[in-house]
Amino acid sequence: MIAGLTTVSWPAVPEVWLAFSACLILMLDVYGGDKRRGLTATATMLALLIGVLLTSSFGMVLQHSVLFNGLYVADGLGTFLKLAGFVAMATAIFYSQDYLEQRGMLGGEYYVLCLTGLLGVFVLISANSLLTVYLGIELLSLSLYALVAFDRDSGIAAEAAIKYFVLGAIASGALLYGMSMLYGMTGTLDLDTLGTIVRHGPDGGMIIGIAFVVAAIAFKFGAVPFHMWVPDVYQGAPTSVALYIATVSNLGSFALIARLLSYGLAGLPEVWTQMLMAVAVLSLLLGNVVAIAQTNLKRLLGYSAIANAGFVLLGFSTGASVGYQAALNFTIAYVLTTLASFGMIIMLSRSGFEHDEIADFKGLSTRDPLLAALMLVLMFSTAGVPPFIGFWAKLWIIQALLTTGHVWLAVFAVVISVVGAFYYLRVVWYMYFEGAGDRPVAERRPRMRLILLLNTLTVAALGLLPNALLDICQRLFP
Amino acid sequence: MRDIGLLSVVIWLPILGGIVTLAIGDLRAQLARCVALLTSLLTLAACVPLYLRFANGTASFQFIERLEWIPALHAQYYLGVDGISLPLILLTAFMTVPVIIAGWSVVEKRPAQYFAAFLIMEGLMIGVFAAMDSLLFYFFWEAMLIPMFVIIGIWGGPRRVYATLKFFLYTFLGSVLMLVALIWLYLKAGNYSIEAMQQLPLTLAEQRWLFLALLVAFAVKVPMFPVHTWLPDAHVEAPTGGSVILAAIMLKMGGYGLLRFSLPMTPDASRELDWLIVSLSLIAIVYIAFVALVQQDMKKLIAYSSIAHMGFVTMGAFLVFFIVAATGSTKGAVNGLDGAVVQMISHGLISGALFLCIGVLYDRMHTREISAYGGVINVMPKFAAFMVLFALANSGLPGTSGFVGEFLVILASFKASFWFALLAATILVLGAAYNLWLVKRVIFGPVANDKVAALQDLNAREFLVLGVLALSVLALGMWPAPMLNMMEASVQHLLQQAVTSKIPLALP
Repeated sequence: MIAGLTTVSWPAVPEVWLAFSACLILMLDVYGGDKRRGLTATATMLALLIGVLLTSSFGMVLQHSVLFNGLYVADGLGTFLKLAGFVAMATAIFYSQDYLEQRGMLGGEYYVLCLTGLLGVFVLISANSLLTVYLGIELLSLSLYALVAFDRDSGIAAEAAIKYFVLGAIASGALLYGMSMLYGMTGTLDLDTLGTIVRHGPDGGMIIGIAFVVAAIAFKFGAVPFHMWVPDVYQGAPTSVALYIATVSNLGSFALIARLLSYGLAGLPEVWTQMLMAVAVLSLLLGNVVAIAQTNLKRLLGYSAIANAGFVLLGFSTGASVGYQAALNFTIAYVLTTLASFGMIIMLSRSGFEHDEIADFKGLSTRDPLLAALMLVLMFSTAGVPPFIGFWAKLWIIQALLTTGHVWLAVFAVVISVVGAFYYLRVVWYMYFEGAGDRPVAERRPRMRLILLLNTLTVAALGLLPNALLDICQRLFP
Repeated sequence: MRDIGLLSVVIWLPILGGIVTLAIGDLRAQLARCVALLTSLLTLAACVPLYLRFANGTASFQFIERLEWIPALHAQYYLGVDGISLPLILLTAFMTVPVIIAGWSVVEKRPAQYFAAFLIMEGLMIGVFAAMDSLLFYFFWEAMLIPMFVIIGIWGGPRRVYATLKFFLYTFLGSVLMLVALIWLYLKAGNYSIEAMQQLPLTLAEQRWLFLALLVAFAVKVPMFPVHTWLPDAHVEAPTGGSVILAAIMLKMGGYGLLRFSLPMTPDASRELDWLIVSLSLIAIVYIAFVALVQQDMKKLIAYSSIAHMGFVTMGAFLVFFIVAATGSTKGAVNGLDGAVVQMISHGLISGALFLCIGVLYDRMHTREISAYGGVINVMPKFAAFMVLFALANSGLPGTSGFVGEFLVILASFKASFWFALLAATILVLGAAYNLWLVKRVIFGPVANDKVAALQDLNAREFLVLGVLALSVLALGMWPAPMLNMMEASVQHLLQQAVTSKIPLALP
């Protein structure tokens, strides 16, 4: 079966198709975008659909195979993440269409930037060399900077974009600096070769190099102390872009840490696991505690992203495959839930009313019982209460910590997630226990309602029967 | 007909019924009510074969269902009941019906959601008692918080948000530590089956940590002193149905957890730390009873009395070790465990009934202040008869179920130590004091004011609900043998587990 697949597979087909379709859509928009509104969006959806089909029929690489002179790697993990990326991107675009249209942000560049960003994520996923990693991260970041500032008339969006850009540039510098030190110490950019060389043990320069690399990873995740950009960008960016950063870009962050640390530097876990542990603990603490004081839901989700990054990093900080599996599972669960949470904000918003204050959710259960019920599911899932997917995500991280003997970290993680539960509960409280006042009834938008429903049902279904996802995660990090 | 599937039916039928009720919506409230009542009655009917075909005299689990659920985590969909969990399942199915009838016309705000929440909770609570896989147990245990959170928050009193958040966060904090303990046990045992965890040898140090982690979860739920403070708030703010379920069933989950997890999984730590549980229980019995005495609010009074009565459950369970130490044999110890289980069931019926009585008054007067009442017997004679009966049962009157559990536990405590018995027996005095004083102030005496004078006596619906509960309280009190027979073998087995050391022999 596997052998049969590999004979017809072209490992790089997802990237090639994405690059090609991004150019194509750019041209399409230049020549036809003004005449037919929605053409670019439809074309993008089509491109993503074809991408899924191409990847699943020709790009299903399951064994570790290295191409392009060692710059590129294709394996099961990569294929899975790319498929997840396509699906997340398509869902995100689906949620964003109305939003963009209502705010006059119809420029086709939006979709092209989304696609190039996704291409950046894919390059990160397939990186087998420090150079490819850097290429991917820059492609993703530059697309994101432009996307954050996409609403040209918005002051806070511009502020968020500048902050993101300046801090991002520093982080890129740190990454490059760390990589150059690693190169200087080992004489190779290739992650496989690097992996074998570092097994001989660390030396001072290498530790400093790794510290810089970890800092850049932490920045990409928005983990403390490199989290400053997260709340501002989540709040300031258009909701559809915040959605993109929280989901598609998050897959990229996962790929970044998976390729660099759990593959490239796997031989030196004692150096980076402790760094990650410190970063993770601080993120959990700050993210959960500061989120309590938030009044803006997008900003709250930003702090929640910091806290959730803490969980993913905790998984990696075990330095064991059980932890990587847990982190992958957590990332997928988080992406699924966050897609719908941001989708909900977009669903409820309308031109001139962003619906992103938590108080805007007051009395939603009387205004729109279905949407309130879906939001309830999403909030309890993020809080880690069964029977939803978020519970298994946290459960597995805790199990990984206990397997590797970090009992106190596990206790800390569960206790801090009780603190975290409070602010998700507050959303439920506002929706169900408060009166609606004169807040408007949500628009119908039947298609978007359906996708939101399906998205949330997935969150619930994978909560009742989580085995499929857990099983995939276990196989991808043997 | 095979036994397979019966437990699944009583778990999933109410949950499905709840979802259907939710889908019917508040606009067709009458239909939603009927579907809800029908579902709860069907669930109760499904419990009848469960009761009839349950084989007494064996401690092994029955009605077993075992399916693969999460092979990746070695967790199974594994259900089964023994003589300790079956009574609790029957109680759950039994108490949900009066809750739904009691809310029939009273709940006007979002009725479909109200009934749906109770049905879903019924299924989840039965799941807790039926789960033989600890991950499945935890799954139900936590999921149950969601409907209760919503029930208190939507249909509760003026301070409902505070009360429901306190309830949720308290219990959530307790539970997550249990989760850590369960995962830790899983890593040792290789799977999540409760039986495997019970048989797992553990050193004393390991057991001590596990015992404390589990204790936090169960103590919050019971609730034991000093983590009981969420209960009065939750009770006072919850709607009548919420209070009934909270008192009748949710508190029992803590006691059940101690019997199913703490005693058999960490017997040596339980023996070592039995003084802790027994002294906390005695504090709950004596101190909380005094607190109950001074309450101004009827619901708060019953809430505090619940804490005191649950103290009997925890004490009965952990007296085992004192009795074994004092008498050198396990013969007398079984009384304590028997008493604990009987007390759980009996308190479930009595406290549920008392909260329903308070609900009856509250629906008419919209106040629970004791001082707002007086002389209710003059205008509501039928109601007064029920209220007095339940109040007396709550103070342990012989002939009612309240007597059986308390008597067994006090009997056991005599075997352990005279002083325990003396302190425990104060409940008979204090319980009588606060219950009778409550009755005196609310029911007897001259009619206090015009509002009381205008009260209407019970309608047929209320009479039916309270009548059935009164009958079961009396039946269990006068003839507890069927229930004791049902538990007999399982309690003996539990006792053996509790007194058998699990510490592995030191390697030479």
